[in-house]
Amino acid sequence: MLQMSAFKRVVIIGVCLIGLLFAMPNAFYPRVEGHNDAVKAIEAGADSPENAAAAAAWPSWLPSTIVNLGLDLRGGAHLLAEVQVADVYEARIEALWPDVRDALRPLRETVGTIRLQESAPGELRVRISQPAGMDTALAAVRELARPVVTLTGGGASDLDVRAEGDEIVVSLSEAERLATDDRTLRQSLEIIRRRVDEVGTREPTIQRQGEDRILIQVPGLGSAEELKALIGTTAQLGFHPVVGRSSNPDQDPGLRNKILPSIDEEGVYYIVESLPVVTGEELVDAQPAFDQNNRPAVNFRFNPSGARKFGDYTAENIGSPFAIVLDGEVISAPVIQDHIPGGSGIITGNFNVEESTQLAVLLRAGALPAGLTFLEERTIGPELGQDSIEAGRIACIVAFAAVLVFMVASYGLFGVFANIALMINVGLIFGLLSVIGATLTLPGIAGIVLTIGMAVDANVLVFERIREELKTAKGPARAIELGYEKALSAILDANITTFITAVILFVMGAGPVRGFSITLALGIITSVFTAIYVTRLMIVFWFERKRPKTIEV
Amino acid sequence: MRLKLVPDETNWDFFKRSKLTLGLSGFAMLASVVLFFVVGLNFGIDFKGGTTIRTQSTSEVDVGAYRAAIAPLELGDVSITEVFDPSFNANEHVAMVRIQAQEGAESVSVEVINAVEAALQAVDPSITFPSVESVGPKVSGELVQTAVIAVLMAIGAVLFYIWLRFEWQFALGAVAALVHDVVLTIGIFSALQIKFDLAIIAALLTIVGYSLNDTVVVFDRVRENLRKYKKLPLKEVLNLSINETLSRTMMTSITTLIALFSLFALGGDVIRGFVFAMIWGIFVGTYSSVFVASAILLRLGVKRDWSKPDNTAGNQYANVDA
Repeated sequence: MLQMSAFKRVVIIGVCLIGLLFAMPNAFYPRVEGHNDAVKAIEAGADSPENAAAAAAWPSWLPSTIVNLGLDLRGGAHLLAEVQVADVYEARIEALWPDVRDALRPLRETVGTIRLQESAPGELRVRISQPAGMDTALAAVRELARPVVTLTGGGASDLDVRAEGDEIVVSLSEAERLATDDRTLRQSLEIIRRRVDEVGTREPTIQRQGEDRILIQVPGLGSAEELKALIGTTAQLGFHPVVGRSSNPDQDPGLRNKILPSIDEEGVYYIVESLPVVTGEELVDAQPAFDQNNRPAVNFRFNPSGARKFGDYTAENIGSPFAIVLDGEVISAPVIQDHIPGGSGIITGNFNVEESTQLAVLLRAGALPAGLTFLEERTIGPELGQDSIEAGRIACIVAFAAVLVFMVASYGLFGVFANIALMINVGLIFGLLSVIGATLTLPGIAGIVLTIGMAVDANVLVFERIREELKTAKGPARAIELGYEKALSAILDANITTFITAVILFVMGAGPVRGFSITLALGIITSVFTAIYVTRLMIVFWFERKRPKTIEV
Repeated sequence: MRLKLVPDETNWDFFKRSKLTLGLSGFAMLASVVLFFVVGLNFGIDFKGGTTIRTQSTSEVDVGAYRAAIAPLELGDVSITEVFDPSFNANEHVAMVRIQAQEGAESVSVEVINAVEAALQAVDPSITFPSVESVGPKVSGELVQTAVIAVLMAIGAVLFYIWLRFEWQFALGAVAALVHDVVLTIGIFSALQIKFDLAIIAALLTIVGYSLNDTVVVFDRVRENLRKYKKLPLKEVLNLSINETLSRTMMTSITTLIALFSLFALGGDVIRGFVFAMIWGIFVGTYSSVFVASAILLRLGVKRDWSKPDNTAGNQYANVDA
């Protein structure tokens, strides 16, 4: 006979109710969104009456998670950036030269003179005049290496030191490169996040993708260009000793020097040492300010190690110019007047107030450790998104209505049961989407529409089976039972195979493909649940009340 | 009175012309491959790299004037197509401007986009740009690669799953149907030159899932009937199983098509290509589960007695005419 334990009934009804409860906030989207924003603002300290009113518009004891709308639905900017991780190797290796020199200096008797050689980027070549001392030299340089701290690269050292003829070649080891890449990417992520947060938009997505990429999506932002301007500035600050000035940009600056344009003096180029005395990374604070002539400037302060280096250098080089370099351009090159021991200073240049504020923000947010290349950028206007939502909504409603009518016409009362299950199904999809914080995209809506079409499949399989069983006249209860039993293996096989493709789509896919695979996968789970359990429960309830002698499916 | 798509009792012979249908399918697949290599797919920027700018204006789109405005910028291959859609308002005129990936530039130049927008604005002051999308050649290359891998992996995983659940002959039949569907879909996309982008890959994989859904339901019944009617020839068993599941096959295909057609008509132009791929996929998927998957299963033959040890082990074709 048709039976279902009371416990099972309670669980099925419970799951449906909880799912629908979590789906419900989506029906009041603007209100809940306003509530969420207001709560966030109040937590951040913006306690205005408007915020309080918006927060009160949705009762706090109700769930307030809503489906995240993708950029294609609400408009915004999308960027895929590649972090030039190799930049960091160069800087690291370049910074190593003074240490190598200091390590070899005491060994002059065995190794002879030490001379820095021209080399490929990411490599340091040092020639020694007495190749017989090579082993000693290598050993000394290897002393500089430190173990790499990673989970996988345990025991590896961070430097590869080898001899090539009379040259010592130092480069980063493979393990260190991997570890550096990871660090660079994390740091870039953090800095991009801080910069995007400064503009305070709603729910930006900032995600690492693969080895060296970062995906940035900011809803509601006017254009990808704006976003690029916001995060694209490297803000690489360095204080470099000045070697000379020139008006010829092609002049050979000499080894380990570079030639940089001046930002505010047309046609003036500075030859500076490539290696900065102090970098922006050692900066702890930067504030817009005014210099003694009341021109806009930026005040800064170094951390203790930066302060010491800065202090030592200024003490030794009073009277010589010192270039402040930002992103490859000399902002200013003041002459050192005095020993600056405290580690704080002021950057002057030809700024206006806005520029000095912007510079302070960039310096404070920290420098991106490496440059970014933008591989993909998309701007979707908000109206286009609105149109898409509208179109998607109408299509969903029409699809839904047509399927409902069709099911009732084909299966009568059982069709009604299937329809109720279908509505619960869509509710559950939205509930799940809200809870897991997935993003609904336009292809995602297509996924839901497809689920609507396919969700009836399981019910159709069952109902057709019941019809067949009724022909062999076993009585309605037995026919229903057998119908569910026999249809089960087909339902499972069919849905598992579709689920497999959804999972592969999710793993392999990007952007639109992913959005689609999420709704498809969730739709499969919920539709199997509603088709097998929910309709069955409804049929059981109905059967127990009516006790029909014959049924028509 | 119930709506019935197929009569309660059908006894059609689906394999009477199986040579013809298999031949037709084979020919269609061949034609698709030829089309793919000769005409090629109309790859969107996802796969080709480049920039698309969607323009919207209250005045009529004048493709010639747009082209003339952009030509002096010397951006290489620029294609401009007007978009027609029933969901647009009367004063809504939309066009898509596609600019090829610029030589040597991985990142997309802001100047290029600004220049194009300014040139178009000079032609038509009311023009706006609801979306601008750029994909660099590096990413697009990778997207092609992952898309191909995804489709192959999906087919492989499915082959494996069906082999676990059924017999290898079923798996081969199902995968033949899958390949058939994917190839024909690529064929129609190159024949009609519909834009082929990432979303279409999603559609393609859904077709894989859907076609399989259909095939598996039929095969499930075949397996059941093979156990039930131990003496019936395989051809009869297949026919019986297809006839028994025909009602369900039609119901599901029709409901899914209803949903998809409403999306096709009302869902807006942005996802139309995507929806078209799925509609096509349901047609070929439904067809292939009967006329390709089952027909191949019939030709491969299948081990009948599930309880006894396999007498024909190592000679799987021994019972082709069983």
